[in-house]
Amino acid sequence: MHLLRAIQKGADGVYVVGCIEGTCHYNEGNFRARERVNHVRMLLEEIGMDAERVRMYNLSSGEGPTFAAYAKEMTENIRKLGPNPLKGTGRGQESH
Amino acid sequence: MIVAKRKPIQEIKEMLKGCKKVLNVGCGTCVAVCLAGGEKEVEVLNAQLEMARKLDGDPIELGAYTCERQCDREYLEALDEKVKEYEAVLSMACGAGVQFMAERYPDKPVFPAVDTTFIGVNQGVGWYEERCRSCSSCVLGLTGGVCPITMCAKGLFNGPCGGTNKGMCEVSKDQPCAWHMIYERLKKQGRLDCIMDLRPMPEWQNQVPRTVIQPGYEKPEKEAEKQKAQ
Amino acid sequence: MTEQGDLKSGSSLEKILKAGHFAFTGELGPPRGSNAEAVRKKAAYLKGKVDSVNITDNQTAVVRMASWAACIILLQEGLEPNYQMVCRDRNRLAMQSDILGAYAHGIRNILCLSGDHPKFGDQPNAKGVFDIDSMQLISMVKYMRDDKKFVSGADLDEPPRMFIGAASNPFAEPYEWRVHRLAKKIKAGADFVQTQCIYNMDRFRDFMKKAVDMGLHEKCYILAGVTPMKSVGMAQYMAKSVPGMDVPEDLIKRLRDAGKGKAAEEGIKIAIEQIQEFKEMKGVAGVHLMAIEWEHMVPEIAERAGVLPRPQV
Repeated sequence: MHLLRAIQKGADGVYVVGCIEGTCHYNEGNFRARERVNHVRMLLEEIGMDAERVRMYNLSSGEGPTFAAYAKEMTENIRKLGPNPLKGTGRGQESH
Repeated sequence: MIVAKRKPIQEIKEMLKGCKKVLNVGCGTCVAVCLAGGEKEVEVLNAQLEMARKLDGDPIELGAYTCERQCDREYLEALDEKVKEYEAVLSMACGAGVQFMAERYPDKPVFPAVDTTFIGVNQGVGWYEERCRSCSSCVLGLTGGVCPITMCAKGLFNGPCGGTNKGMCEVSKDQPCAWHMIYERLKKQGRLDCIMDLRPMPEWQNQVPRTVIQPGYEKPEKEAEKQKAQ
Repeated sequence: MTEQGDLKSGSSLEKILKAGHFAFTGELGPPRGSNAEAVRKKAAYLKGKVDSVNITDNQTAVVRMASWAACIILLQEGLEPNYQMVCRDRNRLAMQSDILGAYAHGIRNILCLSGDHPKFGDQPNAKGVFDIDSMQLISMVKYMRDDKKFVSGADLDEPPRMFIGAASNPFAEPYEWRVHRLAKKIKAGADFVQTQCIYNMDRFRDFMKKAVDMGLHEKCYILAGVTPMKSVGMAQYMAKSVPGMDVPEDLIKRLRDAGKGKAAEEGIKIAIEQIQEFKEMKGVAGVHLMAIEWEHMVPEIAERAGVLPRPQV
């Protein structure tokens, strides 16, 4: 619901960061997060929103530079997609 | 439990066309367990519908409420005042719940948000399988606990047919042959005599809407009248 | 072999079996349309070469001309039909009704089958009726014939005196159960049985031994099913994609080794060898030849198998 709400409230994109698969301190938390991210992507597709607005990346907490690189990638990704069509008048479907 | 699956969003959108204010009512029993229409699913569906209608330039106001279950009048009472504020009701309950809602609020359109699919079991999170067709004449005692009507594609009572394919049903390589299972189960229990004799023709009982009145209880005339008046 | 001296139906098939001759039946699939001529053409190949002809009933759940209708055409052409009725498309009311109609038109042999599931056909979500199963159908026909009543208990205005047939598949799992299922069908009222087409001779010999041990051959005429392989491709397809079929690897090899273009001839040779063995096999009362879409080969196969001329009874 958090992910959906963020988009619903106008966020242009949401990215979820989790541990490298297999190294999670809580064992399965990151797998479940991945499943939820995929589910939300599907829910967005269903209503004509671009699923790429919500993504998940895996990396370890020590990988500062990688984190920054992903953040950059995500930002560029979102810029390409354009602003969340729900903002403002909210008219028009996203085409893809 | 009863297992259901949420309808495709396009179909739900189509049903709600022209409505501006709709109350989405979830059910906390069967459909909540199978992740189709519980409180969480109501929230998710509302978020999707709100966003989708906004994209269409045709905003919709959605209320949310989840009953313990929609097939018991005592749990619907709490909705009575709330429903008055809305144009229509979207119910995420199974077909039985939807009908009770529609009967209770005959002036309001009541739309089903899920397709009621079957009576089944929980194999894993999000994974449910059919097991019962509610035939009213359970023979599970004679078939080692495998239902010949539900699990046999042809509903045979004297199976298997000649199409068994390496223990699987001719219909699909992933569908075990029910009669193969019945045979193996009864063999294990030393009860093959249960299927040695011809089982006679079934008397199909599920062709008209059925009523069950438990022994010791009655359908009081007054109660029946009261319900008709509601 | 029958309890009374009298014949149950008086059909040629029954008379031939009763007289102790080795029976030889054929099969014909009706056309996917109203083309009566197509039925006559196929029938012409079979006339005089077989004792009676199975007419399939919406085989593989694909709609064809009704079995009863094609049976009537066969009667008009002077052949004896075996009316196949499946449980997939009709409820018990329609079945009783059709049985009466069929008998009124001169049909005397009926085969009671489950039917391929609708999923196999081109209308897979049509409602599969399956009101009753094949075994209940067998017992229903017997009841109508011998008790002269409808299932409801009401009297029949002339009972249908049918010779009742059923199918048996010795090759589908669970194997050990198959002979018991055959026993069940016989107890339900099957007068004759045609098996699924046989390729695994070892398994069939074993099945027949069990059947004979149980005395089933004395209560019911068992006809062995034979379908000649036309090609290696056909053998491979049947081995892989037809449920309940048992095609040994040696057979496919034998067809392949016969050489390019020679597989069909080898297939016929194999079929003839089988027929010769069945003639001598204890408990086997005849052969059911299913040369589907190969009806024109039946005269040659019959000739080479030494089953001609057919006995006149």
